[in-house]
Amino acid sequence: MSKKTSYQLMQGNEAVAEGALAAGVSFFAGYPITPSTEIAEILSDRLPETGGKFIQMEDEIGSIAAIIGASIGGRKTLTATSGPGFSLMQENLGFACLTEIPLVIVNVMRVGPSTGLPTSPSQGDVMQARWGTHGDHPIIVLTPSSVEEAFHYTIKAVNFSEKYRNPVIVLMDEVIGHMRARVNLPPRSMVERVNRVQPNMPPEWYLPYERSATGVAPMASFGDGYRYHITGLVHDAKGFPTTNPSEARDNIRGLFSKIERGFREICLVDYELMEDAEHAIIAYGCMVLSARSALEQLRKSGIKVGLIKLGTLWPFPRFAIEHYLPQLKTILVPELNMGQIYREVLRVNAGKAVIEKLNRVNGTIIAPDEIVKTVKGMVR
Amino acid sequence: MKQTQTEIRLAGSGGQGLITAGIILAEAAILDNKNVVQSQSYGPEARGGASRAEIIIADGPIYFPKATWVDILLAMSQKASDQYSFDLKAGGIFIVDTTYVNQIPTSSALAIPISSRTREKFGKELFSNIVALGVICETTKVVSIQALQAAVSARVPDGTEKLNKEALAFGRKLAKEAIKKNNGLEAEVIEADS
Repeated sequence: MSKKTSYQLMQGNEAVAEGALAAGVSFFAGYPITPSTEIAEILSDRLPETGGKFIQMEDEIGSIAAIIGASIGGRKTLTATSGPGFSLMQENLGFACLTEIPLVIVNVMRVGPSTGLPTSPSQGDVMQARWGTHGDHPIIVLTPSSVEEAFHYTIKAVNFSEKYRNPVIVLMDEVIGHMRARVNLPPRSMVERVNRVQPNMPPEWYLPYERSATGVAPMASFGDGYRYHITGLVHDAKGFPTTNPSEARDNIRGLFSKIERGFREICLVDYELMEDAEHAIIAYGCMVLSARSALEQLRKSGIKVGLIKLGTLWPFPRFAIEHYLPQLKTILVPELNMGQIYREVLRVNAGKAVIEKLNRVNGTIIAPDEIVKTVKGMVR
Repeated sequence: MKQTQTEIRLAGSGGQGLITAGIILAEAAILDNKNVVQSQSYGPEARGGASRAEIIIADGPIYFPKATWVDILLAMSQKASDQYSFDLKAGGIFIVDTTYVNQIPTSSALAIPISSRTREKFGKELFSNIVALGVICETTKVVSIQALQAAVSARVPDGTEKLNKEALAFGRKLAKEAIKKNNGLEAEVIEADS
């Protein structure tokens, strides 16, 4: 109680950088872009202090290629960008999905498409984060809605990427990235760090893509004596290209099944005032902040409304909504896009409750009063 | 809505140091053991263009991080004054830097030529943001002067602590003069070379 000095003022982007360091990230390659630049700036300072590496690359294609290489070399890696850079990363993101290379991409969203509104908030990259790279692939997308969560979710992102050998996206909006808040972060010793499983058999017995009982194959680092092949072609357990339909099926389905096994753990959802709720607001990122403020006002006027806060967007935590559907009359989905998660909520709802959206794409945030007004209109 | 929450907006042009001022004010609030959220909005340019920092200080939790109806507004450009004076709560405190604001929308504003007086005293406008913090602290008491002094010293570049402390004191002096003048007292303008 007396340790008030442990509080500090911290920016969302700064919290991501602190989270990366706490999680054990020791390699960052990136290209600065608003509104994510602070992450690169801070890590360029801090990583070398602890024996880590920072490289400013020529562009975002090079950035993701570099962290893929570092991850194969055994490092925990991260890069940070915004929409235009995230677009450039899509090809290699698909490569990392198929070759099952752990890495974390932080996308601090700005208004798009194209160069858009570089300094203004948006949540327009939700579907790009899911389907931006071609082909069927699993992806984990986490979205923090406070400065403290930016720290904790970055750690979780690194841990999930290591555990499931899969790229993880931290999808943040400019509001959370740039806002500063009073935070009290745990000491490093209290932070859980997950490390990828390494092979323990002799190198000559190692099959790089033979899944263990967990659904994930042990990953050897290049340079450790395990010689193996990595390709963006569909491959067999040895890592060599194959066109055999059953091997191709095992390869692609295996990618999905490892994430399905971890579904409950990966889905971060919080519920606020949902016990007796007849109406719900489903929100993520900065919209959670508006929704919480609206919730307080709506409850005061006697409307039984609660909040389902999505910390994971992909895989979509459908159970969070399904669980409450029997008691809900209406659901509002406020988003700084044209309704990307709204469509998912519609899909899960399957006609049971009345679903409405509240959208904004002009570079400003939806204020609490607008949510209050919309919910009151729906309830009436 | 809640009496325990104070919303502050510092608005002007890029390069005036308003975001830095916002961070310092937020850090001072933490030293006062308050809850605080600071956010900002700015254009793609490094200098020029509109720039705005917002600080919400509260005893309890803060949900929405942006100021909607502000208790304290500092305008350091005509555009900022024009755009944001309507967002001021009834009874809110409106401080305008008359160096850059020629048309003041209300007589209840506290009109102080912050930048030009800073230039006269320190030879440059660099310290205007810290002078403005001194003005805000004196007129609103939103943070304690001890906390603000500590926050300024912690944030400014090494070797400039003394000058920044002077800038803070100078701001408080300007505020006292202006308050006196606003209260209808015969306040003569005290020259800045103390």
